[in-house]
Amino acid sequence: MRIPQDLQYTKSHEWVKLYDEGTKAKVGITDFAQNQMGDIVFITLPEVGNSVTAEETLTDFESVKAVSDIYSPVSGDICAVNEELADAPELLNTDPYAAWIVELENIGDTVELLSADAYEAYCKEQEEA
Amino acid sequence: MEAKTPLYDCHVALQGKIVPFAGYLLPVQYPAGVIAEHMAVRTAAGLFDVSHMGEVTYTGKDALANLNRLLTNDFTNLAEGRVRYSPMCNENGGILDDLLVYRRGPESFLVVVNAGNRHKDVAWMQEHLFGEVTFADISDQVAQIALQGPKSDDILRKLTDEANIPQKYYSFRENVSVAGISCLVSQTGYTGEKGYEIYVENQYAPQLWNQLLEAGKDYGLLPCGLGARDTLRLEAAMPLYGHEMDETVDPLETGLDFAVKTNKDFIGRDAILAKGLPKRKRVGLKITGRGIAREHQPVFAGDRQIGYTTSGTHLPYLNGAYAMALVDSAYAETGRQVTVEVRGRHVAAEIVPLPLYSRNK
Repeated sequence: MRIPQDLQYTKSHEWVKLYDEGTKAKVGITDFAQNQMGDIVFITLPEVGNSVTAEETLTDFESVKAVSDIYSPVSGDICAVNEELADAPELLNTDPYAAWIVELENIGDTVELLSADAYEAYCKEQEEA
Repeated sequence: MEAKTPLYDCHVALQGKIVPFAGYLLPVQYPAGVIAEHMAVRTAAGLFDVSHMGEVTYTGKDALANLNRLLTNDFTNLAEGRVRYSPMCNENGGILDDLLVYRRGPESFLVVVNAGNRHKDVAWMQEHLFGEVTFADISDQVAQIALQGPKSDDILRKLTDEANIPQKYYSFRENVSVAGISCLVSQTGYTGEKGYEIYVENQYAPQLWNQLLEAGKDYGLLPCGLGARDTLRLEAAMPLYGHEMDETVDPLETGLDFAVKTNKDFIGRDAILAKGLPKRKRVGLKITGRGIAREHQPVFAGDRQIGYTTSGTHLPYLNGAYAMALVDSAYAETGRQVTVEVRGRHVAAEIVPLPLYSRNK
């Protein structure tokens, strides 16, 4: 399982990359999340301009087996969505850290964010549970 | 606490993702994933553990009479070595289960039922026994492995003589040796492809499973989990108990009229006849909007709810979102534009004929 060092993680298995001194962020799902879901076949892309609140539902995505929510790690305004995922949701399986879902600006609150090492330990606990 | 099938250790060794299903711990998928497993069955072959299915036997002078009274289909002219599908109904014509009947001899039958209904079925069957018949639930002694896909013949031929392979769909051979193990081999399945279901004593199941996997290596055989079993049967429009049918649905509504013989007496017959023409019909839906319909979602024609979906997902071979639905017969014509309410949102769909997929024969 891949967990890049330069990202931060949530306990609900999203990754977030904060940049521009923490005022902007990209958000996606982790390798653990895509592996749990299996073959991903659909993602609802949120609308640019919408505001999101940390810990609330950002959007949802679907595998052959199930539908699952994606929670926003941060509060902010959606300034871009990855349109490529509309026709190629399988990118979430094949390269989850390149397949960002939304870009956010005006970042406010965040949920508890884990470092790569802390997230790795958390995933191990989840697998053993 | 879920039971393990005799193949549990094989699934763990193959890194299957184990989930509880119908009282058993079974793999939902292996590392290849549902889509790859599904495609393997359509283009090469797949191997499934279906040991959770229940098996019961009827033997004796009145075995045939019992089955003809209990089940909607007629087994009078079922030849030895042949298999026939049937719903089993309650007095109201509601479906208790759907099952396969194997005729092993003039007075000997094997009946294969759904795992999730086994205990209910066995109680119902025992309650309705009459005359000279011996009934036994042998589910816990029997494992079942399904080998499905266009390469299944090639794979089976590597492990047994051609003469041991049943040549016709819905026929079987009993006490034949596959990889040196005594089996019942049946040309049946739940995928819409040519294939076989192999019944074997529990203790020999892992050996048979591993031999089949090995024999299939050169043919692209993949072990397949419950996920692919479900997408395959949905693509082939095969009904699943708890989805396309349950005790509130009668067999005519869900399109099983071919297996309902109202010219003989059976439990539920009067209720089915009294209802007249079915008011609902099972249809296919192609999702034309953006989204994926799942089971038990309302289907609308304009503002009017005309029914509900019974199964739905993204189907790998057709490479799109599809569903089956039970809808008002007056709104069931092919080509009708409808919507499915998917988590509060109306997604466009079109009624299409069933099956969604049918193999080139």
